[in-house]
Amino acid sequence: MGEQVMGSVIEGVLFLFMIVLAIYIARLRSLFAAAMLFGIFSLLAAGMQTMMDAVDVAFTEAAVGAGISTVLFLGALGLTTSEETRPVHYRFTGLFVVTATGLLLAWGTLDMPAYGDPNAPIHQHVAPHYLDDSTAEIGIPNVVTSVLASYRGYDTFGETTVVLTAAVGAFLLLGGGALSARSGRDEDHEEADSSGDSATGGEGSA
Amino acid sequence: MSELTAQEETTPIKMRVRETVILRVVGKALVPFILLFALYVQFHGDYGPGGGFQAGVIFAAGLILHALIFGLDELRTAIPLVVVEIGIALGALLYGGVGVASMLLGSEFLDYGVLDGHDPAHGQHLGILLVELGVGITVTFVMVAIFYAFAGRSRQ
Repeated sequence: MGEQVMGSVIEGVLFLFMIVLAIYIARLRSLFAAAMLFGIFSLLAAGMQTMMDAVDVAFTEAAVGAGISTVLFLGALGLTTSEETRPVHYRFTGLFVVTATGLLLAWGTLDMPAYGDPNAPIHQHVAPHYLDDSTAEIGIPNVVTSVLASYRGYDTFGETTVVLTAAVGAFLLLGGGALSARSGRDEDHEEADSSGDSATGGEGSA
Repeated sequence: MSELTAQEETTPIKMRVRETVILRVVGKALVPFILLFALYVQFHGDYGPGGGFQAGVIFAAGLILHALIFGLDELRTAIPLVVVEIGIALGALLYGGVGVASMLLGSEFLDYGVLDGHDPAHGQHLGILLVELGVGITVTFVMVAIFYAFAGRSRQ
């Protein structure tokens, strides 16, 4: 019982930190600080998921949210200014839409089964089979891995294809490294031409 | 000359990271451990939390951190764009290939049990290991590809 209370206290504190951080990030103008705080926000979310015994999800949250996203944000910041420009006027329609959507989503969760309810439909369908027979059928200790890679192998194959499609999209929209390096040189060439420096312009086109 | 100034203008954050000795030294010491940890997550996913996706993301984060410290060109030399392009497809191909292999051995697509003739559970082990490796390879190179696409652009 004491353990449960302790768990609730930790979850409450993590949740409070996340709310405070979210409001702070929204008001922040420094994009560099915002990128760093996004990482901390993800770390708090990962802590929350660990408290809910979803260690695999927490691991993904920490690796993606606090790891690669922060690094990609830093890479993107190199292309832009590190300070957000102040908006001319604040749009209250945006605040209204966000608040209304949030309330609708919160209202929608009222119909869902209580957190951890063993009689919830999700725990009655295929989950008992996975938990009972995975050791005999698959034989690896981490049931999450056996569900993801074997029982639900089709889904994971689909997800891998989605990730692959993301890279194809990035290449098509932004151009691969080689493509943009070439176009970058072309820009230098144009700049050099406009300033009348013909020597560097000749090198650029070669 | 013009190339140098252009590079300085386009990469203020990265230049700052590169100029700071503490960040450079600590980052350089951390990168190998990040890559090693990614491999641990990759191959220990059967026993603990983790798997191909997380491992791929961590591995790519290590590589990109290296690029932020030592410059994009260093990483481009180590991992050319051609390798990235092949790697992206190779991982998904490995995943699909395991599925086709299980079909050729007389079962359904992605039914790894038939991969080992003696014990279906061993076949499942092998199948999961290969499939997770495929996910890891694809995710690693996709993240690096997205970083190349972003970082290769110059500021307008």
